[in-house]
Amino acid sequence: MEEAITFAVLILSATLRVATPLILCAMGGLFSERSGLIDIGLEGKMLAAAFVAAATASVTGSAWLGLGAAILVAEALALLHGFACITHRGNQVVSGVAINILVSGLTIVFGMAWFQRGGQTPALPPEARFMPITLPGTQALADVPVLGRIWGDLIGGHNLFVYVALLIVPITWWVLTRTRFGLRLRAVGEVPLAVDAAGISVAWLRYRAVLICGLFTGIAGAYLSIAQNAAFSRDMTAGQGYIALAAMIFGKWRPFPALGACLMFGLLDAVAIRLQGVRVPGIGEVPVQFIQVLPYVLTVILLAGFIGRAVAPKAIGVPYEKEH
Amino acid sequence: MLQRRCAVTLGAAAILVGTGFTARAADITPAVVYSVGEKFDGSFNEAAYRGAERFKTESKINYRDFVVTNEAQLEQAHRRFAQAGNDPIVGVGFLQTSAVTTVAKQYPKIRFTVIDTVVDLPNVRSVLFKEHEGSFLVGVAAALASKSGKVGFVGGMDIPLIRRFVCGYEQGVKYAKPGASVIQNMTGNTPAAWTDPGRGAELAKGQFERGVDVIYAAAGTTGLGVLQAAKDRGKLSIGVDSNQNGTHPGSVLTSMIKRVDLATYETFAAAKAGTWSPGMRVLGLKEGGVDWALDQNNAKLITDEIKAKVEQAKADIVSGKIKVHDYMSNNTCPQ
Repeated sequence: MEEAITFAVLILSATLRVATPLILCAMGGLFSERSGLIDIGLEGKMLAAAFVAAATASVTGSAWLGLGAAILVAEALALLHGFACITHRGNQVVSGVAINILVSGLTIVFGMAWFQRGGQTPALPPEARFMPITLPGTQALADVPVLGRIWGDLIGGHNLFVYVALLIVPITWWVLTRTRFGLRLRAVGEVPLAVDAAGISVAWLRYRAVLICGLFTGIAGAYLSIAQNAAFSRDMTAGQGYIALAAMIFGKWRPFPALGACLMFGLLDAVAIRLQGVRVPGIGEVPVQFIQVLPYVLTVILLAGFIGRAVAPKAIGVPYEKEH
Repeated sequence: MLQRRCAVTLGAAAILVGTGFTARAADITPAVVYSVGEKFDGSFNEAAYRGAERFKTESKINYRDFVVTNEAQLEQAHRRFAQAGNDPIVGVGFLQTSAVTTVAKQYPKIRFTVIDTVVDLPNVRSVLFKEHEGSFLVGVAAALASKSGKVGFVGGMDIPLIRRFVCGYEQGVKYAKPGASVIQNMTGNTPAAWTDPGRGAELAKGQFERGVDVIYAAAGTTGLGVLQAAKDRGKLSIGVDSNQNGTHPGSVLTSMIKRVDLATYETFAAAKAGTWSPGMRVLGLKEGGVDWALDQNNAKLITDEIKAKVEQAKADIVSGKIKVHDYMSNNTCPQ
């Protein structure tokens, strides 16, 4: 029994670690898309932030400066996306893809130029990273059978970002549904004309949405390179921005369902990692390929049968043109 | 033509292209095309560079080299050198296969050497390494350094080459400690599996939780995540390809090194001596092509017992007393 609980705790704690960047990106994407702007560029913003965080932390030795720089860069890219799509009414998918390609190349070029390590940044010492936080009482509870595990490994034992990501979800929900800004933001994603007619600037609302998105993706990038790992390496986001986007659509553009989707992806990943090479009674060793295909199969099944219709904000992808 | 010239010039502008001076006369005019990435990457490319530099110092013959920033430039680089009459041309890394195949067909008189892949043409030498033999040695070290009797392996993309690493490693572990077990994970089935240190760290954590205390990572930059996770948890790791002992001194037990420098040097030297021949060359422990790394960074981790046992295994493999099974010979690994 105790072993089973230990196993469950370790899986759930890994789930949180894996899902953190997904949650942050999904919430960022949610703000952007609810305001009517498609954001394919989550991946690129996160990658740029990861690089800048690691580079800054390695040069200055400060994790907080790394985080700050990461947020700045993600914001700059978010503004670029905004400038192309809001001000100039460009194609939002093209702009997002452009950002992804640009960043994928630039991070390597700068990485090679600055650090001469084939695009990687030097490994960071613990002082320049966000390390797991040990909650008070972990030591005292360590010997208590079940509770000690839960307190030390599941509730505690994560770095700051994991808690931030979990906190951002209710905040996102509250902002979107309970504040005037949130109401207007949702309106601008559905019927921008109405918002405009009420005398509120569509562009300014959307700009604020992409800025929030930049903030969250910046944090996600910093998590990857200076909290979860200790260096930047080329293309280290490995498609997580797209998965976050999928999770957000899974969650029908709503914070808590999106959180659920992120956690599900994280859980499947954590299970896949731990089931590899393990002998399951009655079945024998599960083939690696089977485990790795699970998330995709489940995605298809859930999308086809259980999630139901996902309705996007009405004005998504449509640049707003003010009538003259 | 103009377009291509532009492309080449543009490519070259951003990239260092040798020194421009090449000893011509009766001497050879060697060139190196690095794999994608920086020249001083602490890994493959840097090793090839060191081999070429050694040749330059010893023979006083200069060489040209080309750093590519993406895979598409490889073919351009080879063609450029071939057009300029460089001979022999060395291509480093398994990404070179299609580029060298194309260019070598167009320039049948120029000698090419590819490292870590096979191109079956009459003017190409393919240099491979017996990774299973080197992995056997680090397997011996891992088994002896492990206190729990459980050791781990994290591979990159699930391809036969990586299976060869883990198969040799397993044999080494069983040889040193018959009762020890190996827990192995592959990171994925796509090339992204080479570049995901976060996943590498998660895989390592998963293995540590199952009682593993030494992990051998053969997974490109994903492996750096494994090394980092081992460091963070006070466990041991084993590096790969180049000597990674210095990545986390005191935490990296040893590294399985592939002597890309030797392969590069040998090609140039053989071409100069007129003994260069096409076909396959496989470098194992006997030829000094693979080895385990022992330096001041891991001296404290390698006890006399480990050292003696690993050196013994090495001598036995070289003499043929131990035969390490090669996974790629029949795509199975003896259990």
